[in-house]
Formats: sequence, C-alpha cells, structure tokens
Amino acid sequence: MALFNLKINGKTYKADVDGNTPLLWVLRDHLDLVGTKYGCGIAMCGACTVHINGEATRSCVLPVSTVANATIATVEGLSETAEHPVQQAWDEVDVPQCGYCQAGQMMTAAALLSKNANPSDKDIEDAMVGNICRCGTYHRIHDAVKLAAVKMKK
Amino acid sequence: MSNIQSRRDFLKSTATAGGGLVLGFSWFTTEAFKPKVLANTAADVIDFNAYLAISPSGIVTIFSPNPEIGQGIKTAFPIVVAEELDADWEKVKVEQSPLDTKKFERQLTGGSGAIRHSWERLRKAGATARAMLVEAAAKKWSVPVSECTTSKGFVMHSSGKKLSYGELATAAAQITPPKDVKLKATKDFTLIGTSVKGIDNKDILRGKRLFGIDYKVEGMLQATIQRPPAFGLKLKSFDATEAKKMPGITDVVSFGNKVAIVGKTTWEVMQARKAVKIQWEKDKDLESSTDHDRIFKEMLNSTTPTVQRKDGDVEAAFKNAYKVIEAEYQCPFLPHSPMEPMNFFAHFKGDSIEMAGPSQTPQAAQGQIAKMFNLAPEKVTIELTRMGGGFGRRLNTDYAVEAAELSSIIKAPVKVTWSREDDMTGGIYRPAVRYRFKASIDKAGNMTGYMLHGASINAGNSTRQDNFPAGAVENLLIQSNDYKSPITTGPWRAPITNFLAYAEQAFLDEVAMAGGKDPIQFRLELLDKAQQRPVGKITYEPNRFREVTKLVAEKAGWNKKKKGVFQGFSVYFSHASYVAQIAEMAVVKGKPVLKKVYAAVDCGIVINESSARNQVFGAVVDGLGHAMYGNITFKEGAPQQDNFNKYRLIRYNEVPEIEAHFVNNGVDPTGLGEPALPPTGGAIANAIFKSTGKRLYNQPFSEQGATLG
Ligand code: FES
Ligand code: FES
Repeated sequence: MALFNLKINGKTYKADVDGNTPLLWVLRDHLDLVGTKYGCGIAMCGACTVHINGEATRSCVLPVSTVANATIATVEGLSETAEHPVQQAWDEVDVPQCGYCQAGQMMTAAALLSKNANPSDKDIEDAMVGNICRCGTYHRIHDAVKLAAVKMKK
Repeated sequence: MSNIQSRRDFLKSTATAGGGLVLGFSWFTTEAFKPKVLANTAADVIDFNAYLAISPSGIVTIFSPNPEIGQGIKTAFPIVVAEELDADWEKVKVEQSPLDTKKFERQLTGGSGAIRHSWERLRKAGATARAMLVEAAAKKWSVPVSECTTSKGFVMHSSGKKLSYGELATAAAQITPPKDVKLKATKDFTLIGTSVKGIDNKDILRGKRLFGIDYKVEGMLQATIQRPPAFGLKLKSFDATEAKKMPGITDVVSFGNKVAIVGKTTWEVMQARKAVKIQWEKDKDLESSTDHDRIFKEMLNSTTPTVQRKDGDVEAAFKNAYKVIEAEYQCPFLPHSPMEPMNFFAHFKGDSIEMAGPSQTPQAAQGQIAKMFNLAPEKVTIELTRMGGGFGRRLNTDYAVEAAELSSIIKAPVKVTWSREDDMTGGIYRPAVRYRFKASIDKAGNMTGYMLHGASINAGNSTRQDNFPAGAVENLLIQSNDYKSPITTGPWRAPITNFLAYAEQAFLDEVAMAGGKDPIQFRLELLDKAQQRPVGKITYEPNRFREVTKLVAEKAGWNKKKKGVFQGFSVYFSHASYVAQIAEMAVVKGKPVLKKVYAAVDCGIVINESSARNQVFGAVVDGLGHAMYGNITFKEGAPQQDNFNKYRLIRYNEVPEIEAHFVNNGVDPTGLGEPALPPTGGAIANAIFKSTGKRLYNQPFSEQGATLG
C-alpha cells in the first residue's frame, strides 16, 4: 500500500492503494468516480478511457503508480452541468442507447477535438475505432463528434 | 381471410403465451391507485395512479415500471402518459419504479413486448388524470366540462381563464377517477411521434451512478466468483490459504460448484482469485465444437423428429417437382456481451433481503430468491438499476440468485461483479443451430413444397412453424430435433429468429433464383397467396408484410441501380413488427464491400422517432456484426474465446450507411427492441451472393472469406 495524491479533474484526491492497482479501479472503488467504466480490462473496448496529460488513455491497464504526478481527467470532469461541447453534442444527437460505453466514447472524442479542431472523417475513424459500442450507436457518435467540433469553435 | 387471427386475438394470445399475463385494465380498481396525498420530501406530491403524480408546484412525475436496457422504455412510457395527460414535457420528471408486483404487471424487458402490453393502460393513466384535472377546473369556475380544454400542463376555459395542473392537483385528487375515459385520436398527438431525447441522457453524459455495476451502499463488500472453467466440470476441492492472506480479502467461500472471493475492493478480489487453488472434476460430457458438428448431422438424419407443422403432402410435392432445391445453414453459439458485465447487489437480513441490479426480469429473480430462502416474495425487494445492455442475457436470473446466496452465507451486503472473461465464458449463449431446407418448384418457378428441419443444441423448438412462408405453400413440413448439452443457453436478442431469419431468407433467394424469379417478386407472390388462399393457420398479416417489402424496394431503387451495385433483400416478421431490408454491396479491388442498408419498418405508431431510429440502426449493426464475426467454439467443454481480443465485435469503421423508413400506419404500436435485427444477416448474405456468386451457408461470414469496410 502507498499513499497517492492524484490530480483529477482539477482537484487532488488521496488514495491509499497498492501501486499496481489500475487507475480504473482506484477511480471506481476508492474515489467514487464511477463514470469511468469497466468493459474488458485488457484495453480492447475503450469503456475506461480517461485523459492522462490530455491523451486518451485506457485506465484499466494503467497502474496508478505511473500516474502519480500526471494530470488526470475523467468524464465527471468534462462539465458538472453537461455543458462541455462534447456532452452537448452527445445530448443533441441523442446518442446513448444503454449509455454504458458513452463516457469512454466522449473522452476519446474530447481528446481528439482538443488537438484537432477540424477532424476529417478519417481522423474521427482513427480515434473512435478503439471504442466499442455494443448497442451500435456508431452513426450517432460520428454525427456527435462533428457537431461537437462545430460547437468548440464558437 | 377467415383463418387469419384478428389483430386483437393475436395480441391477446401472444401476450398470454409470453408467461400467463393477465390482460385487462385493472389499475384503478386496486387499492394502491386511489388518489392519495403523500406527504413527500420537499413538496407534497399527489399520486393519481400507479404511473403518475403531480405536485402543487406543477411538476408531473411519471413512474416508469419496466427496466431500462437501452431500448428507450424509460422515455417512451412517460411520453405516452404525458401525451394523454397533455403535460408539459419540459416539466415532467421520470422515475424508475422498483419492482412492485402489486402496482404493475409485466415489469419485464424482453420479447419487445413492453409497449404492446402497456400502450392502452399508459394512455388511460394519463387520460384519467387529465379528466380529473378538467373536472376540478370546471367545478372551480362553475362551467361545464365541455367548455374546457387542456394544453401543456394547463386547463383552459373558453373565456380565457386558465389554471395549471399544479394548482388543480389537490382538488383533482378528490374526484373519483372516471371509469371510461376518452382517449385522443392519433391525429391529435403532439408528443407521440416526435423526437424526444433520452430522459437519462444528462446523467449518462455526466457519468452519474446509474448502472448496477456502480451500485454502492455503506459497508458493502465486493466479490468475484470462479465458476467451472468448462461446461461439464464440477468443483472437487479448493485451497484458499494463500488468497485469504492477501490484502483486502475478508472471505473465500464455496457454494453450488463455485468459489467466491470476497473483499473490500474489486481489484483486490480479482487478484486474490488467481491465488485460489481449485480442483475440478468431470461431471458431464465435455463437448468440443467438432462434437457439435457430428450431433447436428445425427439430428438431421433422425427418423423421429418432432413435427411442428404439416400442411398437404410435402413428399409428393418433392416427387412431382420440376426442381428440388436443398441447403443447410449453421450458426454457432454466441455470448451476449453487453458492455456492462453481469453484476448484482444483495443484502440478506435473515427475514428479508434487499437486492439491486440490472435485471430484465426482476419478478422472476424475486420469485426464485424468495423460494430459496423460504420467504414471502414481498420480503425480497429489488431496486432496478439502468442496464448497460442485455440482449437477452439479463432475462436469466443466475447472477442475481448467486449474489443473494453469497450474501446469506457471508451475512453481509455484497456486490458480485463478473469480469469480461466470466461474462463471455459463463454460458447462457445463443443456442447453436443447423437448419436443413428443401423446396420444390414447378416449371413456372412457383414454390410447391417447403420443408424445414431445425437441429439445435439446447434451443427446444428451433423453428417458428406458423411464420412465413407457412400459409403461402400448399405442401409444408416443419420439424425439429433438439440436443441437451451441458452448455447453458438462453434467449439472445430476437431468440431463434436472429438466425432462422437469415437462413430462411437466404434459402428463399436460392429458391427464387432456381425458378428464375426476382427475389422480391417471388416473395410478393407468396404473400398474395397467403392473403387470398391461406393454407392453414398464419400468425402474420400478409398486407403489412407486403407494405414494408414495397417500401424498401422503392427507397432502395430495387433493380434500378447502376452497374457495380449489388442488392440483397430480406424481410421478416417478429415480435409483432415487420421489417424489410436491402443491403447494397460494391466490389472494390475484387472484394465485396457493404455500402448501405435500407430498412423499412412497420412497428405501428412510432412513439419516439429518435429512439426508434436508434433502435433500428443499432439492430442492423448488431445483426451485421454478429453475422460477420460472432463465434464461440469449445474444446472439451471450455469456451475458447474469453474477451474482445479473441471475440470480435463490430467497430466504428465497419458500419455501412443506414437509412430507415417507418410505415407509421396508425396501428397500435408493437415492439422495436428486436425486430430490425433478424432480416439483416439475410439481406447481406443475399447481396454477397449477387456480388460474388458465393452463397454463405454458415455464420460467421468472416470465416468464409467475407470482409467489411
Ligand atoms: S475496460 Fe479498459 S479498454 Fe475495456
Ligand atoms: S450505448 Fe450501449 S454500449 Fe454504447
């Protein structure tokens, strides 16, 4: 066990855990940040996507010890009030079915848009291909990423 | 027409077949539905009936009884109530009801049946409250009810006076609910048929605690369970000495062939599980996929299959045929793979038990758990969480029951979470099936005989004997065999038809082409026959079948496409809805590439356009993805795929363009969670055949050389 001071969504969280514990489970079990989801545990589905220093990263295979000094963002940090352009776009396009994968989808999209304000269809595809949606909302995810890009410019 | 069941009878009988449901509109006859003023939390809330309450501040709370799995029921049900109530949707609050068998019937998500079952009672719930509010206003103003109208949460009088529902709620609650209440004409709907955003969108998008896997109470323990690694094995012994010493672990116990590791956090119990040494022993046959291939052949050669339906004399038809066409189609077992793995919370308290989690069928879970502990059902309370998908998996109660059992053993509140590997290897798969088809045609290409033999592993009757083309063929034989295997199976989105539709629709194309007929024309002729001179009983309405067929042909420009575009057609009736699809392929660098899928859907009245489209798109993507890739194979009882690195799900870059059209014929709404899936595989297989000349007889297609994207 070791004590970690984690910088998440602009706040500092303390967690007394084994350093090998994946960030996903620290968020979910220790810090009550359950928006980040478990889907596969082997970096294949994207449900657990968070931002580490601005990069979309799979938290299910990321030992907490490696992010002790990193800037971490989770879905809860997009916006408390769902006003982040990505959240707004996701709502307007009415993307979710079950909704379970959508935190990961949005975090992937938000990381893409923060670096690339005008993503091409190919750019979007390259970013989103790692996130599975079992309900098959891919068409709406595409539309929502496009809409979010427009919103971010305003 | 005489032997086509009337719509009403059909609905009644399917509802009853679905599990002894009592139809009828009974909610305001029971005690629970007398209006009463509840001294609730912040503001007083006045209950009008099981579905709705109005607070004096004007907030209308609509209770949604059925579990939300992503099909949009938690938005759709309230839309129907709000429509008849004439509520202001912006001021409607929706709450998920816990399991309450006194207030609600059929708190179930399955069979695409929720809307069908509740359509009328939801409308009456809204309309009755509206009538009470109008009467209260009329009394206050001393005017006749007929001079009052309602809109967006207000009662208005022709003089211009108006009162909000909130202002009227207390007085309205004193009025006896009318027994017969007039419902709106469908043309007067203002909310139904529009696009309403998912009621939980904002919470989902902010990452709120909504799903079963997020559930938490103070002092709750976490558990993971090791189940037998192969079907046919049972627990012999285990040694948890090391595991018990690991950090955070509180207990390791075994029950029912399982070993449960209990501790403080999910990660710790997952780690400790690896340290438990377990011995398994053989209990039943340890089957491999090669055994299944052999078993299928044996069943198809059986001389004593169960005859499901027999019309005319199929053997004579085959003997006198101009041509006989034969083919066999096979599909593998499939896991459901909802994104949220199985999980359930249980807190056993001796004389009662509290449960919470994602269940499509909480009432069944309640019954089984009550029985296990010899408790009255009402002593088992179940909170319904949002479900991260289910696709039929959560119609099984195993994961809820085991959580209850574990809690009773360790005497503590506990949540059991399945890993993806547990979820994928734990069984309750879509059953594997092989179908043999045989058909005869005359010189003109008309189908004179049709035989279907279903051979299945743990599927029961793998046919739908009264479905199309039954009724449209003079000589028909539908029969089945089933093999009992230790591999557990269960319903998978659009049970049976998720594969039967593919096999049948591909085979019908083979028959049409053997007779030189256009595939759509061939089906339309059969449907004409079923309409005009039906043979035996039929469960479908040929007219509606025809309508979706024609609509999709028109939208996709059937037979009108330029060179290089290859179209495949498929149409299916399931869960009381009709869906026709056309898939379009192009050949790029010698390979067929799926470009587009058109869908024409008759699900009666569309309640929420946005959600309906989402369901149709999702079902097409699901049907496509699993037809392309889905496969679980076995070696000595052990599933060979255990996570998404070995089991492929369709991804963002692999979906074709989709275009969906709704017939919207004003007929009472039917289901939409499943019906758009069954036709997809057939449409694609038929398009692949057109573009390559290769007929795909087995799923998954990818193992026969098909690629996507
Ligand atoms: S849970 Fe991390 S990628 Fe699937
Ligand atoms: S919305 Fe259900 S998994 Fe994506």
